[in-house]
Amino acid sequence: MAAEELKTGPLEYRTQEGQMGIMGFWIFLGAEVVLFATLFATYAVLFGRTADAPLPSELFEPGIVLVMTFLLLTSSFTCGLAIHEMRRGSVKGLMLWMIITLALGLGFLGFEIFEFVHYTHEGATIQSSAFWSAFFILAGTHGLHVTLGIGWAILLLIQIKQRGLTNVTSRKFFIISLYWHFLDVIWIFIFTSVYLIGMVI
Amino acid sequence: MKAKHLRNRWLGLLPLGLILFLSGCGQLEMTVLDPKGPVAQSQYDLIVYSLWFMLGIIVVVFALFAYMLIKYRENRPGRKESDYDPNLHGNTTIEVIWTVIPIIIVVLLSIPTVTTLFDLEKPPEPAAGEEVKEPLVVYATTADWKWFFSYPEQDIETVNYLHIPTDRPIEFRLTSADSMSALWIPALGGQKYNMAGMMTKLYLQADEEGVYDGRNSNFNGEGFAAQTFKVHAESEEEFNAWAQEIQNEAPELTADRYNELLQPGLTDVESFSNTHLEYVKHHTKDGMGYVVENYREQFKEKLHLYEIEKQESFQ
Amino acid sequence: MHITDILVTGEPIIYGAMVSMALVGIALLFILTYFKKWKWLWSEWLTTVDHKKIGVMYILSALLMLFRGGVDAMMMRVQLAFPDLGFLNSQHYNEIFTTHGTIMIIFMAMPFLIGLMNIIVPLQIGARDFAFPYLNALSFWSFFFGMALFNISFVIGGSPDAGWTSYTPLSGAAMSPGPGQNFYLMGLQLSGIGTLATGINLMVTILKMRAPGMKLFHMPIFTWSTLVTCFIIVFAFPILTVALALLTIDRVFGAQFFTLTGEGLPMMWANLFWMWGHPEVYIVILPAFGIFSEVIATFAKKRLFGYNVMVWSMIVIALLSFLVWVHHFFTMGAGAFVNSVFSVSTMLIAVPTGVKIFNWLATLYKSKIEFTVPMLWSLAFIPSFILGGVTGVMLGMAAADYQFHNSYFLIAHFHYVLIAGTVFACFAGLVFWYPKMFGHKMNERLGKWAFWLFFFGFHVCFFPQYFLGLDGMPRRLFITNVAEWLPLNVISTVGAFGMGLGFIVFVYNVYYSFRYSERETTGDSWNGNGRTLEWATTTPVPYYNFATVPYVDEIDPYIRMKEEGKTTFEEDKVKPIHMPSYTGQPFIMMALLGLASFGLVFEWMYVAVFGLIGAVFMMIRRSFDYDDGYYVPVEEIKRTEKKARGL
Repeated sequence: MAAEELKTGPLEYRTQEGQMGIMGFWIFLGAEVVLFATLFATYAVLFGRTADAPLPSELFEPGIVLVMTFLLLTSSFTCGLAIHEMRRGSVKGLMLWMIITLALGLGFLGFEIFEFVHYTHEGATIQSSAFWSAFFILAGTHGLHVTLGIGWAILLLIQIKQRGLTNVTSRKFFIISLYWHFLDVIWIFIFTSVYLIGMVI
Repeated sequence: MKAKHLRNRWLGLLPLGLILFLSGCGQLEMTVLDPKGPVAQSQYDLIVYSLWFMLGIIVVVFALFAYMLIKYRENRPGRKESDYDPNLHGNTTIEVIWTVIPIIIVVLLSIPTVTTLFDLEKPPEPAAGEEVKEPLVVYATTADWKWFFSYPEQDIETVNYLHIPTDRPIEFRLTSADSMSALWIPALGGQKYNMAGMMTKLYLQADEEGVYDGRNSNFNGEGFAAQTFKVHAESEEEFNAWAQEIQNEAPELTADRYNELLQPGLTDVESFSNTHLEYVKHHTKDGMGYVVENYREQFKEKLHLYEIEKQESFQ
Repeated sequence: MHITDILVTGEPIIYGAMVSMALVGIALLFILTYFKKWKWLWSEWLTTVDHKKIGVMYILSALLMLFRGGVDAMMMRVQLAFPDLGFLNSQHYNEIFTTHGTIMIIFMAMPFLIGLMNIIVPLQIGARDFAFPYLNALSFWSFFFGMALFNISFVIGGSPDAGWTSYTPLSGAAMSPGPGQNFYLMGLQLSGIGTLATGINLMVTILKMRAPGMKLFHMPIFTWSTLVTCFIIVFAFPILTVALALLTIDRVFGAQFFTLTGEGLPMMWANLFWMWGHPEVYIVILPAFGIFSEVIATFAKKRLFGYNVMVWSMIVIALLSFLVWVHHFFTMGAGAFVNSVFSVSTMLIAVPTGVKIFNWLATLYKSKIEFTVPMLWSLAFIPSFILGGVTGVMLGMAAADYQFHNSYFLIAHFHYVLIAGTVFACFAGLVFWYPKMFGHKMNERLGKWAFWLFFFGFHVCFFPQYFLGLDGMPRRLFITNVAEWLPLNVISTVGAFGMGLGFIVFVYNVYYSFRYSERETTGDSWNGNGRTLEWATTTPVPYYNFATVPYVDEIDPYIRMKEEGKTTFEEDKVKPIHMPSYTGQPFIMMALLGLASFGLVFEWMYVAVFGLIGAVFMMIRRSFDYDDGYYVPVEEIKRTEKKARGL
């Protein structure tokens, strides 16, 4: 199996292991879609059940969320550039853009943590009402995914430093790029259906 | 012969056993199949209607099954060469037929199901020529593991027993003070859930006087088995006399007494000359947490309700 | 904390169980040490990534769980037939029906079927292993530790007692404090990870690793059923993951999703649970359909009737399975319109299922039926399952369901479909593929005893329960001191013991066959009637499965191969085979996650964090692991094949 290696096409697709890994990850992303869909549904059902806690419209602020959105969208773009460099065979370019991606991701996380702490001080915690439980778990699950993605990408950066571009390392980077874009898509939904709607209503 | 031995068992024992069993059970009076009111009656009609289809399906499949097993077992004496066609793998006509027939059956079952469903959302209609009566409203509230029946019209409340007039629709307004439960009086009709923070409506009616069994049918913890009550269906006059008597003679349900009753545990039948609705409304967002907030500590201990086992019967 | 705070005390039956568990544990340790088997256990089993061995471990665990769930069932039946005995009290009974249901669905039916899939699917499609063998081992160990965690609850901490559906608010922190309910949540969560991973793994295996020439519509029907099942797993299990996580967060961290305080919504649990739960039912029934199709075609010695329709009906069932969840709570008062929609969608499932029944009957038409033990289980399925199926349609009629719901009518229905469907299929599949796994068949005479005892026991046990339901007996009731209910309950209990006896004969048959059955010399164990590729391998199956993978362009390819004298060993075509290395990482990683879950059950956060950090450390190690497996040299393949084939 591993012996049969194609000579053309993107590096990560040349072995059957590579193809299977990428396909498996696509299916996993399908499962992730269901996971987030369930969380969104939960949030929608519990919308308005704030009990004695503050209303979302009192706490959500457009400024910070716009900055977060900008950071994450840009990171998705730089992640795309990283893969572009990988396809060109440039380890250096790949690493550079990937590090920029992670820096933007860290910035996003920093703002999110700041935001959560701020809400907690205002009396909206995970325990204060069904609505706030749903909010923190939905946004928090996304944040946890971003955290895991950053940790994962750091491991891959070490590996590519050690081993250079191979079938395996390129597959790993391609997969994490899928993951990163997926998180971006989820964020767009959180931005629109949680923050924008929450600010209006 | 081994195969013959098998055939005898298949053909002899299986259907025969079922038939014996059915006839044996025919002597039992089954509550659901012995309706005492219009709601139970409509559900009974639906069940019997569907049973005929089901019996038809069973007969067809069992007959085909028996035929295949007898005719095509490998070592049947007198098997012919033409009895075996290993490559037969499809026949469009017959496949279309056995797809369409189930669809037709589903349609035939869906129509009465849907109409009955919509009927059950309204009070049962009186028989032709009889006057339409306003439904009697009864709030049925559960708390672990007892029943409160509040009659706002009569301004009385009973615990763990229920009186209703015959020939008049009863509008149950179901809610729960804590865990989810369900009001089920099989002789009068199907159940619905009682849920804290919500109110569900269930219409039932008794046509015959008598004492019927009611219970919580949805598991809700240690005392579940004992959460039963008797339904006394009686004529309108008797009912009114009973309500008047309770109103005159029963003690008042104070807020303290009600709080005491709400604690998890069992309690006997009781009557009161007012309702708990004036203290707390468990079906509202404000009232739904009333019990768990006040009795958090009590829920931490298992109650070991050994008295349930010693009771002769709850029905 | 004192030890008596954790151990369950005050129950004679549980003390007995503790003592017997300790004795069995000591005996096992002694045997392993005395026969010097520790190394063997570690290097052959705990570190294996071979799909066949993992499958065997799944099935062994499932049989163990069938025993545990069965003992639970017996205890319930004894209590219900003899209410005056005072055998079980309310609390104990509640724990037992909860563990019975959870174990039978999550830790018996699913792993049993996944075990069979593990062993058979790669063999049926001509693959050397799973797409991700390492992940497969990970899946097994996550299931194993989830199962272990759930099962220790009855001696440590106390069992969950809110039913296998674990409805809130009853199962929330306010009304069910303590570790019991946490065992349910964490046990299911841990094993659920494994199930999801298996779903993805098998999907990629089937889509990417088929023999050359094998199109999707050439695949054996069991493989098809597996593919459709994996589709359901991938789209249903994340819902369970979320539901369990939310309830755990509610209970451990005080969130308000399903609570009665903070404007929580307890009813949302029922929705989430059944949005997973109903597809789950089809996760355990579709593979069963696949097994019956294989067995019936083999022993009817005839091609499966309507192969394409069989496949499409499974796909339709899978899609519909996501659209019917509300029928589990028609009585929640969602209104006539909603109930009507879900009534109709529920009844519609009967159409593709009915079509399948007719296809099986048509497969028997003009066939040569041979009554082997797997065939008996498969044939018995048809009439038994019909009895469960038609009552399922009756339950689907929402207006009538108001009377059936929560009653023994419902209990009888789902035991009819799950036992006659899934359990019969597990037995049929195990006996059918037993020679492939262990190199010898199970004894037929004992197998027939086990079958008939179980079959009659099953009908005697559950048929009366329809009538108990119609007489108003609710489910989950621990005491039946209503005089009219007693006779049927006694009959039912007699039947349950018949099933128990059948199971004992079955287990004895495993031992008996191990000692006395003839060893297989060919791979085509059932008198040369094998139709699909698994029978083309030698028995026992070499670890690389196929020396050479044949070209396949039809259904039942092995029949043509036999006619043309072809085998899976074409000497001139043998090439070195790439195989994955064994590794202990999955076992250790999941043991650490198991530890973390255990910590969370008791809300000992330092234990939970320690386990979690350990598991993350194992994941990092895995990321840096570039072990690419090894190649089996041509010489070794030739030597193995020639020896096995007697060339």
